[in-house]
Amino acid sequence: MKAGSQESGVRSRKRKARGGMLRRGPVLSFVLCLLSLLSSGCVGVQSALDPAGPQAGRIGGLWWLMLYTLSAVFLIVMCLLLVAAFKQRRSPVALTAEAPDTQPDASRERRMSRAVISGVSMTIIILFVLLVSSFLTGRALYSIASTGDSALTVEVTGHQWWWAVKYDNHVPSQIVTTANEIHIPVGQPVLFKLTSQDVIHSFWIPNLHGKTDLIPGHVATTWIRADRVGTYRGQCAEFCGYQHAHMAFNVVVESPEQFKAWYDAQLRPAATPSNAERAQGQQVFLTSPCIMCHKIQGTDAGGAVGPDLTHIASRQTIAAGTLENTREHLAGWVLDSQKIKPGNRMPQNNLEAQDLQALLDYLQSLK
Amino acid sequence: MEARMRHKMRLARIVITFTMSLILCLMLISCEREERGFRVEPPSASRINSKTLSDLQPGARLPVVAVKNEYEENAYAVSEGKRLFDAYNCTGCHSHGGGGMGPPLMDARWIYGSGPEQIFSTIVEGRPNGMPSFRNKVPDFQVWQLAAYVRSMSGQVAKDVAPGRDDDISGKTPESSTEKINPKPSAGVPKSAEMPQ
Repeated sequence: MKAGSQESGVRSRKRKARGGMLRRGPVLSFVLCLLSLLSSGCVGVQSALDPAGPQAGRIGGLWWLMLYTLSAVFLIVMCLLLVAAFKQRRSPVALTAEAPDTQPDASRERRMSRAVISGVSMTIIILFVLLVSSFLTGRALYSIASTGDSALTVEVTGHQWWWAVKYDNHVPSQIVTTANEIHIPVGQPVLFKLTSQDVIHSFWIPNLHGKTDLIPGHVATTWIRADRVGTYRGQCAEFCGYQHAHMAFNVVVESPEQFKAWYDAQLRPAATPSNAERAQGQQVFLTSPCIMCHKIQGTDAGGAVGPDLTHIASRQTIAAGTLENTREHLAGWVLDSQKIKPGNRMPQNNLEAQDLQALLDYLQSLK
Repeated sequence: MEARMRHKMRLARIVITFTMSLILCLMLISCEREERGFRVEPPSASRINSKTLSDLQPGARLPVVAVKNEYEENAYAVSEGKRLFDAYNCTGCHSHGGGGMGPPLMDARWIYGSGPEQIFSTIVEGRPNGMPSFRNKVPDFQVWQLAAYVRSMSGQVAKDVAPGRDDDISGKTPESSTEKINPKPSAGVPKSAEMPQ
């Protein structure tokens, strides 16, 4: 007991000695944390403030203009409010019932009218500037030059909770289907045709463009151009159910040559199993519930309920941007996806260890 | 007199407080209508192994115990069954219950029985001349969801459980508005549905 109190005494003395620093420490680190959190929004793979295309650039410009203008307005209004609150009246008027102040002071009235008029006109001017710039931004967003019929057309269909992607082409053998990952060539306007299979979703790649809603039974179109090579993250931006937060996708912007190579690779049917394990894995796939929902082109699996897995190994993520595409994640997902993403449409699968390993071998060979 | 009045008032206050709190407690119950089980199977699922195709058996005849499908009391499970009915292409043959290539599922005539366990084995085993076997293709819990939905088509599940509307345009009345049709066994097995030849 005594030893304890002594010890705490020593501790409190130490605390006193470092008092200043200790007191400032948490506040400082909190402010730094806040600042770093705020500034982390300015760059990154999913940020409207780090534009990688002309449209996101216009949206970013408008955002900064609004931020600066409105911050200035806020500061001015707050200053005026403080001034008004703390200013001493120069000539306190004695308010008495006998002599109410009914005679307006002409010079004061003039002064006040001037103040009101200038305030109202400032407001109108600011609103007008913002309105016009927002109108111009809106026009610029949708004036991306189309390249006619030859434009790359990507059909994106929202599902609870993943994205089906189809590169349309008038030659049927040139149509590519994939899921949760979109590749586009740099510097070329791409036409997106957006629709939904179940509920309203919203297609949003903050680094490239604003949001477009995906509405069941309706095809919305939007043009997107990316001017900077890189991988960006898109996210569903309209609450669509339990796993709305885990409904993301990657957009890979690459040079036309790289895009061509990727496209040609995606056009090929799935790789045939090159060894016994992979062949067994394919058999597991074809004789288990997998075949009911998924498609692997070049095999009997032709389901269109879940994502196309023809080239699943070439994708960066699984489960719509939820997990990195690694063997371990894939195993966990196949066995019990409900633990990773509760409510998603994939049932758990009770596979024998050997069958699971074979299935993983096969899936990882689908480059 | 006044004391008696006061006593009465106090009694009334106690009774009112008690009734109100009881009502509040009862209202709380309704907050949790049912569980959305993403990883559970109905507990009766294991009993299905006892289902046989023939009534004949060696020895004394055992009493038939009906299997209850707990999913028939769970609106989420029935709506999942409705979704799967479309996703697994049951509509391809049975249409939306009215029948086409396959027999209708919303009438009173059941060739292979109308019980949950009979529908379960019809889906899992398949039936002669058309109905494919979904063994190992559809997980058991989804078969139970499908069986619950199939029974909702002829009004066999409670109205507050059956789906109230379609997700897309549909011509037929929703399952929740379907009057219960009392199933009767088929009048003689149709030629197309005789036991395996």
